[in-house]
Amino acid sequence: MGGELAVDGLCVAYGRTEVLFDVDLLVPSGSLVCLMGRNGVGKSTLLNAVAGLLPRTRGSIRFDGAEVSGVRAHKRARMGIGYVPQGHAVFPQLTAMENLLVVLERAGRSDRSVLDEVLDIFPALATLLDRPAGLLSGGQAKQLAIARALVTRPKLLVLDEPTEGIQPSIIHEIEDTIAALHATTGMTMLLVEQYVEFALRLADRYAVMDGGHIVSAGTTTDVDLTAFNDLLAV
Amino acid sequence: MEALLEQIFNGVSLGSILLIVALGLSFSFGQMGVINMAHGELIMIGAYTPYFLQSESGWFDGGAAGTAFVVALPLGFLAAGLVGVAMERTLLRRMVGRPLDTLLVTFGVSLILQQAARDTFGAPNVDVVSPTWLTGRWELLGVVMPHRRLFIIALVMLAVAALSAFLATRPEGRRMRAVMQNRDLAEVSGLSTRRVDRTTFFLGSALAGLAGVAVSLVGSVGSQVGTGYIVDAFLVVIVGGLGKLRGAIVGALALGLLNAFSEFWTSASIGKAVVFVAVIAFLQFRPNGLVSFRTRGLVA
Repeated sequence: MGGELAVDGLCVAYGRTEVLFDVDLLVPSGSLVCLMGRNGVGKSTLLNAVAGLLPRTRGSIRFDGAEVSGVRAHKRARMGIGYVPQGHAVFPQLTAMENLLVVLERAGRSDRSVLDEVLDIFPALATLLDRPAGLLSGGQAKQLAIARALVTRPKLLVLDEPTEGIQPSIIHEIEDTIAALHATTGMTMLLVEQYVEFALRLADRYAVMDGGHIVSAGTTTDVDLTAFNDLLAV
Repeated sequence: MEALLEQIFNGVSLGSILLIVALGLSFSFGQMGVINMAHGELIMIGAYTPYFLQSESGWFDGGAAGTAFVVALPLGFLAAGLVGVAMERTLLRRMVGRPLDTLLVTFGVSLILQQAARDTFGAPNVDVVSPTWLTGRWELLGVVMPHRRLFIIALVMLAVAALSAFLATRPEGRRMRAVMQNRDLAEVSGLSTRRVDRTTFFLGSALAGLAGVAVSLVGSVGSQVGTGYIVDAFLVVIVGGLGKLRGAIVGALALGLLNAFSEFWTSASIGKAVVFVAVIAFLQFRPNGLVSFRTRGLVA
């Protein structure tokens, strides 16, 4: 299993503008943690820092006990952090198949069984494999982006707003997929989500961010999120 | 009629050289945001390679100039590629995404390489001996086509076909395209963008070296041999669209033909001005170049 993420006292700045202050976040192995908060409070920044796209100014990021804050992003990916950023996170001029292959091939792996597994999870992709990813719809692209991350067989899957800009019926599909994936594989997951009910249905732990801090965190069973109404986009 | 056909031949011949030079520029800008002003000196390295083999090395004395030229093709490719990688390793990888800085730095590198060539091979231009099997000419419909120029066109076609097959089918080629399209996404997907940068830079530089070996057939070789091509090659990149193979091919042919005709109808300097005016006018209509990829998003 594995995939535990422990963020301690993390500070991140864009130039001289500090955007994260002393962020502590624990994602225990095998859990599904939902990170919530309004736009612009630092959720995506935190995920980018975890994935290695942003340097930290202070604090530590440990993955399965190993300090990774000085490790380059592609090495973190190879250690088992799978990241699905916001928006159309695909290579637009590669076909859907090439989007998966390019990630699969880098390790020189000949084992293509993972492709079949991923296409089982997202059967809709199977008919779109020859299409340039830039021509996929928002929902299709999102499925491809998650599939691309799964091809690396991550221990921790980090998803930034998987339901952003997607029609309600497909939101449920993605929700079911994430729930099923978590249930069958026990994969550790960190999820940014604006839909509170979606978050509560899926997650066993939550964290609420505001102004670059984590203002509340705990298990979802004993929380009354109405207390945070003004901090959430509801 | 014959004059017309002759200009078409000249245009295609020039366009093919511009194409292979422009591909390297286009790749390094598209992927790393590097404006490589020293690209012309990579052409120079390629152009001096057959001269070095024929006249300085002493390895091919006694009428083996043709063999030396054939050996120069892979050697010039390799030499320019390695100099390009050295540049990337020592300087440019610290400046990814800072085009203006790379422009200044590579301009300096360009001056250093030119002076190094003058120190090594002397200031006067030198000549490369064409292999005997390239000294003939064909006449078709009254147009004289020297074998040397036909050879260059064939060489470029071969190189472009090999490159496009590499990009389309090889895992390394796929990685190059992925990094060019979305650097951060490639990095978080586990691709080492630095390693891919190295491949890209080697290939782009090596193609310039190959172009250099080719142009040594059609003119004398000096420290400034590359500068004559580099401005037109930048125009090809702009007209063709960044990082696009298809656009570069069309752009190179168009600019080669435009150059040939405008110089034929006017003079060399007015011809250049005509080309610039045409490019400026073109950019009013297609600011992203000939080939721009359409996606469903607003930003390509």
